[in-house]
Amino acid sequence: MKKLYDIVIIGAGIAGSAIARELSRYDLKIALLEKEADAAFGVSKANSGIVHAGFHSAPGMVKSRLCVRGNYLYGELKDELDLPFERKGELMIARGAEDEEKLEFFLKQGNQLGVPDLKIVRGEELRRLEPQLSDEITAALYAPSAGVINPYETVYRFVQNAMQNGVEFFPDSEVVAVAEGIVETTEQTFETKYIINAAGLNAAKIAEMAGLHTFDIKPRKGQEYLLDRKASALVNHVIFPLPSKTSKGILVIPTLDGTVMIGPSAEDGRDDDTTTNDVFDAILASTRTIIPSITPKLLISAFAGVRPVATGDDFIIGPTGVKGFINVAGIQSPGLTAAPAIAEAVVAILKKNGDLLLNKKSDFIAYVPRHPKARTMGKEDLSRSVALDPHFGKLVCRCEHVSEAEIRQAVREGASTLDGIKLRTRAGMGRCQGGFCTYRILEIMAEELGVPMTELTKKGANSALLAKDLKNDR
Amino acid sequence: MTDKPVVIVGGGPAGLIAATAAAEQGANVILVDREKHAGGILNQCIHTGFGLAFYKEELTGPEFAERAAASALVKGVKFMNETSVLSVSGKTVSVINEHGVSDIDAGAVVLCTGCRERPRGALHIPGTRPAGVYTAGLAQKLVNIAGFLPGKRIVILGSGDIGLIMARRLTLEGAEVLAVVEVMPAPGGLRRNIVQCLDDFGIPLYLSHTVTDIRGKNRVEGVTIAKVDEKFNPVEGTSFDLDCDTLLLSVGLIPENEIAETAGAEIDPASNGMLVDENLMTTVDGVFGCGNALHVHNLVDDLAVEAAQAGKNAALYAAGHVFAPCTIPVVNDGAFGNVVPARVSGTQPAVIRFRVRRPQKGAAVSVGTFSKRFAHLQPNTMESVTVPADAFTDKKEAVLCLNNTL
Repeated sequence: MKKLYDIVIIGAGIAGSAIARELSRYDLKIALLEKEADAAFGVSKANSGIVHAGFHSAPGMVKSRLCVRGNYLYGELKDELDLPFERKGELMIARGAEDEEKLEFFLKQGNQLGVPDLKIVRGEELRRLEPQLSDEITAALYAPSAGVINPYETVYRFVQNAMQNGVEFFPDSEVVAVAEGIVETTEQTFETKYIINAAGLNAAKIAEMAGLHTFDIKPRKGQEYLLDRKASALVNHVIFPLPSKTSKGILVIPTLDGTVMIGPSAEDGRDDDTTTNDVFDAILASTRTIIPSITPKLLISAFAGVRPVATGDDFIIGPTGVKGFINVAGIQSPGLTAAPAIAEAVVAILKKNGDLLLNKKSDFIAYVPRHPKARTMGKEDLSRSVALDPHFGKLVCRCEHVSEAEIRQAVREGASTLDGIKLRTRAGMGRCQGGFCTYRILEIMAEELGVPMTELTKKGANSALLAKDLKNDR
Repeated sequence: MTDKPVVIVGGGPAGLIAATAAAEQGANVILVDREKHAGGILNQCIHTGFGLAFYKEELTGPEFAERAAASALVKGVKFMNETSVLSVSGKTVSVINEHGVSDIDAGAVVLCTGCRERPRGALHIPGTRPAGVYTAGLAQKLVNIAGFLPGKRIVILGSGDIGLIMARRLTLEGAEVLAVVEVMPAPGGLRRNIVQCLDDFGIPLYLSHTVTDIRGKNRVEGVTIAKVDEKFNPVEGTSFDLDCDTLLLSVGLIPENEIAETAGAEIDPASNGMLVDENLMTTVDGVFGCGNALHVHNLVDDLAVEAAQAGKNAALYAAGHVFAPCTIPVVNDGAFGNVVPARVSGTQPAVIRFRVRRPQKGAAVSVGTFSKRFAHLQPNTMESVTVPADAFTDKKEAVLCLNNTL
């Protein structure tokens, strides 16, 4: 049976989910499709979680304008979507006079783009901001508007709020065919007025299904390494070297969760999630030229992600030769930052086309339910939360202080896999990496979802966690 | 004299025995444990081999735990189960459970927080991130407590005791254990476990080998194994693949001291264990530590002796006893992987526990004027010497020396 929609969004990563949420303000019938078992399981899963200030790219590029606007919009979204977001500020560092000239260039570029409060800091002022910085670093471009955010939670909150406002979400739905007004998945066929191609690494493939051969997506892999909370005492800001042609370089990122991330690498043509020793050594060496007190002993986890790099290295956002087919492709860095502005851009395109009635809903819900976290609550708030729900009194993940209440809320909000729980709550992301809590989480999931333990997976199809039930399955 | 309670943090064997020992001194003892049932990791160690020295009887892990818990109960220890410690500040212990958050004003605290398994990330094994990579202890919990087989074709990295025990356990439950891979030239676990868990089942042990790659997008599909050189780097041309659906990691245990850190107790950066004096007091006055949170023990029976000492001393402290100041640092001459305690007083006999870095035959271990000869010393086995007070002739430092004249 065919279903009739106004808009079908392909891809529930940061771009697709932000678009879904923005469009859910209007009286439209919208479907959000995701080929994986959960939102944020593609490119967004390995995002570094930086809300960039926006001085990095040239004023002529699409992504420059959207980055600065997106940064501003997160200020509003933080409250509406209960987002973990903090403006910790960015520092782009220089070693000596030659580098410092380049800082001047980025300062000028940033000012031109409207990045607020940029300035170059030196000497004691710089050491005050970042006391552990290498002695070789002479100056830095300081952008206080930059911040860090939890990228997965951001995707989940966009999806959650979109669904509160009527958007239908279809996980495990890989698109197999696209034509004007038609999207066919492995599960069903959607008839729709508009198709928004936010398919990340597969955006070129989706466009080709529609008969469009205007761009290509090349993968650019990045490996990232997560350091213990102990490292958080060593770094206060997101720290960049001067950028290269293909990347912003190896960064030192104090995450919101108190850990420190170092990376990413930029490996063109690679689309796998393997991590390798040579790249780790290079990332560590580069990091130690910035913060020498970071040691390999602090390492707790490694992961890799893939950036979808479009032909021309810019975002590709706009209508196409196929009626109703809009591309939102090549959303690599600063895609997370730009996402809310990308969503506005899509609305602008629809308005310009004029063939879809864009009536704002009077009953739009701007706020998601709150997501209280045992980890960040003071004793009094925690006591109050326990009084309301005793599950707050049981810490399931001891390393990250995640309560049973948070795990249950995550399942009720759509987490269907162990990775889905981990990305939503941080359970299993700490020092023991799930050694202690995995079993309890599986028990809670089985209970909440009403399925046997052997059906639970790490990340969807073919990733079952348990091979056999020894009690009932002899 | 104070009636403030001695608070024991952790309900594993160290916690239970420390609690019992404190109660035997007449202290009011509260034991805080996150689990529903006391006993800690012993509850999933359903094999025998526990208690020979401490209870003069061979017991399974759960049996040992049950006895230790029963003794604690009989001595009047109050249990706070399903309760997590949020932090320790001074001697105030903040706890959370279903009833809310509360602060316990303690007369003394004993941290018995055990250890955790080193995870994949800390090892930095390259490869994909599929389902089917588990630490050996988690696999043990899945099989022995939950009743689930984590996989059917299994490779184990690391020859720690839990990994060896799990090789046998999984084989008995119908899984196929293809190999145990150890990066060091000698196994990490006890000799008896190599024989009883691997040799008896024909499971190959690859020494000086490591896993260099993990394959599989969704579930583990295979691993690559290679020989390593003296610097633990893979040797080219020696790699081979094994098709498996599970990789278990048994690559070391790390003392779990996040709560000790909230208390401000000094941690040994090398071992991650708390730095304690001869009375097992940490660098925070009135806060004691023992068990695997201090240093990872081979046998629960050895750990029990240490835990009983910590519990007793905590009770004495809470009752107003003042210990002789421990001003003599114990210094490792470099031959030892780990030495406990970090400071002694020189006024009473001190038990010094250690592990050697390399295997030794007929070596003597000396401190001051004291010396003891050992027929064998192995890195995988913790040993101890009891040094009499008058042996600490140097009041500036007590150097633990290894003398091997053979």
